[in-house]
Amino acid sequence: MKVGLFVTCLVDLMRPSIGFAALRLLEAAGCEVVVPPTQTCCGQPGYNSGDRIAAKTLAKKVLKEFDGCDYIVVPSGSCGGMIRVHYPALFADEPALHETVQRVAERTYELTDFLVNVAKLESVPGRYSGPLTYHDSCSGLRELHVQAQPRALLAKLPGVKLAEMCESSTCCGFGGTFSVKFGDISARMADNKCVHIARTGAGAIVAGDLGCLLNIEGRLRRRGDLQTRVLHIAEVLAGEDGVCK
Amino acid sequence: MQVTAMHFKRKAAENLSNEKLQRALEKLQTKFVNGRAAAIAELPNFDQIRNAAADVRERVINNLDRYLLRFEQEATARGAVVHWAETADDVNRIVADIAVLHGVQRIVKSKSMVSEECGLNDYLESQGLNVLETDLGEYILQLAHEPPSHIVAPVVHKTKEDIADLFVDKHHRPRTTQIAELCREAREVLRPGFLAADMGISGGNFIIAETGSVLIITNEGNGRLSTTLPRVHVAVTGIEKVVPTLEDVTTLLRLLPRSATGQSITNYVSVLTGVKGRDDADGAEHFHIILLDNGRSRLLGTELQPMLRCIRCGACMNHCPVYQNIGGHAYGWVYPGPMGSVLTPSFVGLENALDLPNASTFCGQCAVVCPVKIPLPDLMRHLRNRQVERHLRPWQERAALRVWSWMAQHPALYALSTRVAARLLRLFAGGKKRLSHLPGASGWTEERDMPAPAGRTFRDLYRVGRRA
Repeated sequence: MKVGLFVTCLVDLMRPSIGFAALRLLEAAGCEVVVPPTQTCCGQPGYNSGDRIAAKTLAKKVLKEFDGCDYIVVPSGSCGGMIRVHYPALFADEPALHETVQRVAERTYELTDFLVNVAKLESVPGRYSGPLTYHDSCSGLRELHVQAQPRALLAKLPGVKLAEMCESSTCCGFGGTFSVKFGDISARMADNKCVHIARTGAGAIVAGDLGCLLNIEGRLRRRGDLQTRVLHIAEVLAGEDGVCK
Repeated sequence: MQVTAMHFKRKAAENLSNEKLQRALEKLQTKFVNGRAAAIAELPNFDQIRNAAADVRERVINNLDRYLLRFEQEATARGAVVHWAETADDVNRIVADIAVLHGVQRIVKSKSMVSEECGLNDYLESQGLNVLETDLGEYILQLAHEPPSHIVAPVVHKTKEDIADLFVDKHHRPRTTQIAELCREAREVLRPGFLAADMGISGGNFIIAETGSVLIITNEGNGRLSTTLPRVHVAVTGIEKVVPTLEDVTTLLRLLPRSATGQSITNYVSVLTGVKGRDDADGAEHFHIILLDNGRSRLLGTELQPMLRCIRCGACMNHCPVYQNIGGHAYGWVYPGPMGSVLTPSFVGLENALDLPNASTFCGQCAVVCPVKIPLPDLMRHLRNRQVERHLRPWQERAALRVWSWMAQHPALYALSTRVAARLLRLFAGGKKRLSHLPGASGWTEERDMPAPAGRTFRDLYRVGRRA
């Protein structure tokens, strides 16, 4: 099956290793992966800032770029939720596009959801060993019901011990532009998350969204925690040799 | 009540550093969040009940005129007088007129958020009337001259030590921090108030169209005393609170206390129908019901209509990570948390509450716990759309968004600029691999570092085939 990898703008700019890890996992699952070279952003910043016109323009671009893919896979519940849940809402007033949007939405998956429920990946190449804790990112959890999937995949790594934190499904405070507009509230929410992470004693905090990871890592480091590793689920599953230097 | 929602950011910052408030807010998690979870778990068919509850409310809102007229007809037939109030000022004037009509001097009040919307207490006091709040939380706030910070637990922002100090100051009795003792003390002070009152004012959790009844749920019993002891009972509530039948209201009652306080039912459920009959031992001789619009009907037929389903349980604020950290006063009006972020701009004007619809990470937990399935993040997003349409956002934000979306539409230019940005940021970060200052994003870096980019973009690496 032909899978289009939507890298996300954040991964592209900040941490390409996540994109390569996703690529490696999809290939391990036997997918033919294409990475449309002109892809940029799913339009969520505009959508959530009240600029529907900008959101629509970028959404149409995504629809065109991934035309012909059997599936679109996104290493982010947030961008995945944008395409799967919010694109249909965004184009509700354009009946001409409705069918296309609906078809694309239904075929868009968050990475771990896709690996477990569509590609039915048997084994994962990662070699992580030791206790780690998992943060459930909001959109993945509440819009795409991603909760069991990453845990099922982590369970395939014999060396991983999942040490669940308290309130793992409470928002870390990122929220896109919220993190800058309401920096102090956002940082307090991140701080609460850091406290819960520290209590698990895990050596790594893992999540499926780079936005959350940047937020959590930023607060951990400012608090003086230079030890706890902050990893995307794809990086853990794909193995650290998959991380591009 | 005065609107101070424009000071959201300042107030939120103050509250974040108020240690006493932060301690008080810890109650939300243990008492309300865990309490709700346990109470919901009691219901094996919770999802079905929730769907039914949302359906009842949706049906009402779609036929609001019909049910309201039926309510008026039934209530009137049972001796009540129904008043229609378009604005908060109308409510105040109507209540004052009723007081004059019946020669009222002393008023006891049971908790009513609609009366907070109207600033009713202040108005009545300005008319020379004596008003006593009898809900314990509201009584404490009346003593402290503070507005409520939560719609169900109005005094959640105070610790019991705060209340002990306040009682010493106002009651001149020995200090106690035992909750049972504090309650007893309040009861002793309030009891003569109930006995002396000529008028009781209450809210109405629901009004029932088929019987013309006002339904009130309380835990302290003050609601029942306020509505049955004085000669005159005035119930003030919003027009959206109507429910077709008693049967329908039981569906909602299975969810409201569970969602609000984690109780399977409140200590008191009062269904007040008509005036005291000839053979009745108790009840008010005069029963006035004031139904307030105050902007509600403006939401009908708009994207915001689902907000009218709200049954004021407070679950959205209890579960909101923003509310949990800043408390209710920051929201600057009667209704805090996610429901307030929709209601306040709707009622007092978009331009008077610019921060509120934006003060959400859209984590979605409010919509998950809402017993009547209001899509709160979608409604907040709609208000953000309206802010953009009405050019109410700051120019810097508009410019940044415009540049971003323009760049994202031009892949070649986008690739070039992200490539430069990734390298530059990496360079600035140095060996630390993180930035402690970022121009234009001080909101982020004030209390957080920004992890530095890896240095080369994905597309750059992918293009040259440097794949692992």
